[in-house]
Amino acid sequence: MRLESRSEYSPRAMLFAPIVAVLVTLGVCALLVAWAGAPVGQTYALLFDGAFGSRFALAETLTRATPLILTGLAAAVAFRARLFNIGAEGQLYLGALAAVAVGGMHGGSTFDLPLPLLSALMIAAGAAAGALWLLGPAWMKLKLGVDEVVTTLLLNFVALLLVSMMLDGPMKDPLAMGWPQSVALDPELEFSRLIERSRVHTGLLMACGLAILVWLIERFTTFGFALRAVGANHRAAAFAGLPVGRTVLLCALLSGALAGLAGVGEVAGRTSYVTTDMSPGYGYAGIVIAMLAGLHPLGVLLAALFVAAVQVGADSMSRVVGVPNFIADVIVATALLTMLVATLLTRYRLRWGRT
Amino acid sequence: MNESLPALRLANITKRFGKLVANDDISLELGTGEVLALLGENGAGKSTLVSILFGHYVADEGHIEVFGQPLVPGNPKAALAAGVGMVHQHFALADNLSVLDNVLLGTEPLWLPFSRRRAARARLLHTAARFGLGVDPDARVAALSVGERQRVEILKALYRGAHILILDEPTAVLTPQESESLFATLATLVAEGLSVIFISHKLDEVLRVSARVAVLRGGRLVSVRNTEDTTKTELAELMVGRSVTLPTREPRPHGDMVLNLSGVHAAQGGKTLLDDLSLVVRAGEIVGIAGVSGNGQQALADLLCGTLAADSGEVSVSGQAMRANPRDWIARRVARIPEDRHAVGVVGDLPVWENAASERLHLPAFSCAGIVRGKAARAFTRTLVEQFDVRLSGIDVPARVLSGGNMQKLILGRALSVAGDDVTPTLIVANQPTWGLDIGAVAYVHRCLLDAAAAGAAVLVISEDLDELFAIADRIAVMFKGRLGPALPTEGCSRAAVGLAMAGSAASDTKGASQHAA
Repeated sequence: MRLESRSEYSPRAMLFAPIVAVLVTLGVCALLVAWAGAPVGQTYALLFDGAFGSRFALAETLTRATPLILTGLAAAVAFRARLFNIGAEGQLYLGALAAVAVGGMHGGSTFDLPLPLLSALMIAAGAAAGALWLLGPAWMKLKLGVDEVVTTLLLNFVALLLVSMMLDGPMKDPLAMGWPQSVALDPELEFSRLIERSRVHTGLLMACGLAILVWLIERFTTFGFALRAVGANHRAAAFAGLPVGRTVLLCALLSGALAGLAGVGEVAGRTSYVTTDMSPGYGYAGIVIAMLAGLHPLGVLLAALFVAAVQVGADSMSRVVGVPNFIADVIVATALLTMLVATLLTRYRLRWGRT
Repeated sequence: MNESLPALRLANITKRFGKLVANDDISLELGTGEVLALLGENGAGKSTLVSILFGHYVADEGHIEVFGQPLVPGNPKAALAAGVGMVHQHFALADNLSVLDNVLLGTEPLWLPFSRRRAARARLLHTAARFGLGVDPDARVAALSVGERQRVEILKALYRGAHILILDEPTAVLTPQESESLFATLATLVAEGLSVIFISHKLDEVLRVSARVAVLRGGRLVSVRNTEDTTKTELAELMVGRSVTLPTREPRPHGDMVLNLSGVHAAQGGKTLLDDLSLVVRAGEIVGIAGVSGNGQQALADLLCGTLAADSGEVSVSGQAMRANPRDWIARRVARIPEDRHAVGVVGDLPVWENAASERLHLPAFSCAGIVRGKAARAFTRTLVEQFDVRLSGIDVPARVLSGGNMQKLILGRALSVAGDDVTPTLIVANQPTWGLDIGAVAYVHRCLLDAAAAGAAVLVISEDLDELFAIADRIAVMFKGRLGPALPTEGCSRAAVGLAMAGSAASDTKGASQHAA
């Protein structure tokens, strides 16, 4: 068995790759479901039902998709420039922390500023915190050749410990009866509900708007061109006179800001305070989402919806048929692997037989 | 071994890759003690045929016999055992091992007992003496010249008992003198009863070394000629399929000094890349830089493309000092053609139109406040594609799907059409502009460079192909170990003298001369 480079160029193959990858994933995971002794058809039906079957289910899926869209975008835009940002998780936490730092009820009241300004400041602070957290690794990659996969990954733990320190220290909520959680956000600053009697908040609109904005930037601006060129072939980009270093740094700021905004959205739209378990791995799931989307910003919307649906659906499914909801993690992880294989197969063809 | 049998018989070999037929029903015989040249352009199917022979590919149809015995397809070990040896264009040697270790590597376990190692050494020396391949078995490969490394590769094949030797473009990396020495070795091998397949696209050397010439074109065997009965012109026509005349230079007036390098030093990581370089190129003049690959040509090209900074010395274009920033060079109307089309010339995954406009996308003609003027860039690309005859299915396909010749035309077009209007570049820096191109494309590139010079551009061509430099350059300078010899008029240059300078023999007296030239 070996790989042969495909001579013809097929944009359609790129479009089908994620669909095939998801179908194969569901096929593979069906074996696990059967192994767990549950009826496969019913399990998947329940999973779908739990994700989209009711107004409540759909609302939960959309709520879950909101941070996933943003961390997916963060990964997609960085990976496009071959800046492998594995640190969206940490950037999300710092974004959340910064939002509360600006908009929280410190000592019972917020900063004395007009509400719209405070709201803007809160969002900007969250974005800036995430952006600056990624700037260091990007700068070290450029100047010293330090592998950003290692630095961004390890900074996740630093970020989480930093958050933990703040929650037990200066930003501790005195009313939380010893629980490590931050002071609450000013209720006036919280994002409004998008659907009544649900948890879907306007952060979803912000995420969708940013996906479109990132797509427009990548597609129609000189920065977007430089981003794609640097990622696809940085030597050719440098030869053509594109500012490689500046592009990578700007890309890091953009990616970190998107992940930071995911944190802002969670705080302002859902929890209203920071805890150390507020993200069940949204940052890491963002990597899977970016890959499933083929790094396309608009594809991220669909991919994030898929991952959110699997996670939310698996929860309610597991309550009925008794398949552990870890199946959601398995499906998401398998989807990443099948997507990688599918992407490979759009460029190479498999040949069986002797060498 | 039966003398009446051909050493090698290929029968009806066909190999397809998807829709592409790389080898189409090729039947060929190689006699014992014969040098058969395999001649063809890039993509003619030479490499595929040899890969099938050596077991890297399996033919879809046909079979191979070595000395009358059928060869197991798809198994390099079987090919080796049958006595087929191969010397690749890019050597497969371990630099930090000795010659002996390299020969033994893959043949026998390296932890040989001392006595067997001594026996192997004796056998190696015997083989070397028999074929006149003088190499010190204890020398580290890293310390050897390119010609010597090639001898080690040949020796490796002979040590393994090869009776049929395949040489893939063996002269591509050699100086003229080293090529001569290779040809002498080939004569010895043949006299000792070996058979040789000599792959090349250079007509002169094919006529020089072979007894018969097999010409491949588009995957088919077009003709097999006795070398005695054919001519260079005939072979060229067979190879290309039509008659091609390469443009030649005509005397042109030379104008003001455009490029001026004086006393340029550049080093990277403690290694001197450019050592006291001085050179002047005038408007309307083509200066060729000859040299064996790896003697600083890449650094010189990088310097003149704005991607390498000089540590000291003067670098100026039309009297203005230049910084190491590609955009400055582009702004001074310097047309830059890089050596590696795929790795540096284009971003293969991006569409053709973005590649065509990439150098000037930040200028007002192609963008406004950071937003790309897609329409203008596409219109520019369409004009370029038409003007430079780039064959493609559309300007939105990724640049990587272009053939080598079309990709080079795209890069030429990008470099030569300054911001869409018809302004001649002040300076053209072309590094190996015809490397790997077929004759038609070579002629096109040469025509472009000659026309630009006639229109008043100063042109610097860096090439390892002496034929190319003698065809189009007005003056030729030789680069050796980061130093540049004097740029002498082509009329006064002899190939022998240039070849010697490429090997460094004339390095002692070039310094004074280069200062004189400056």
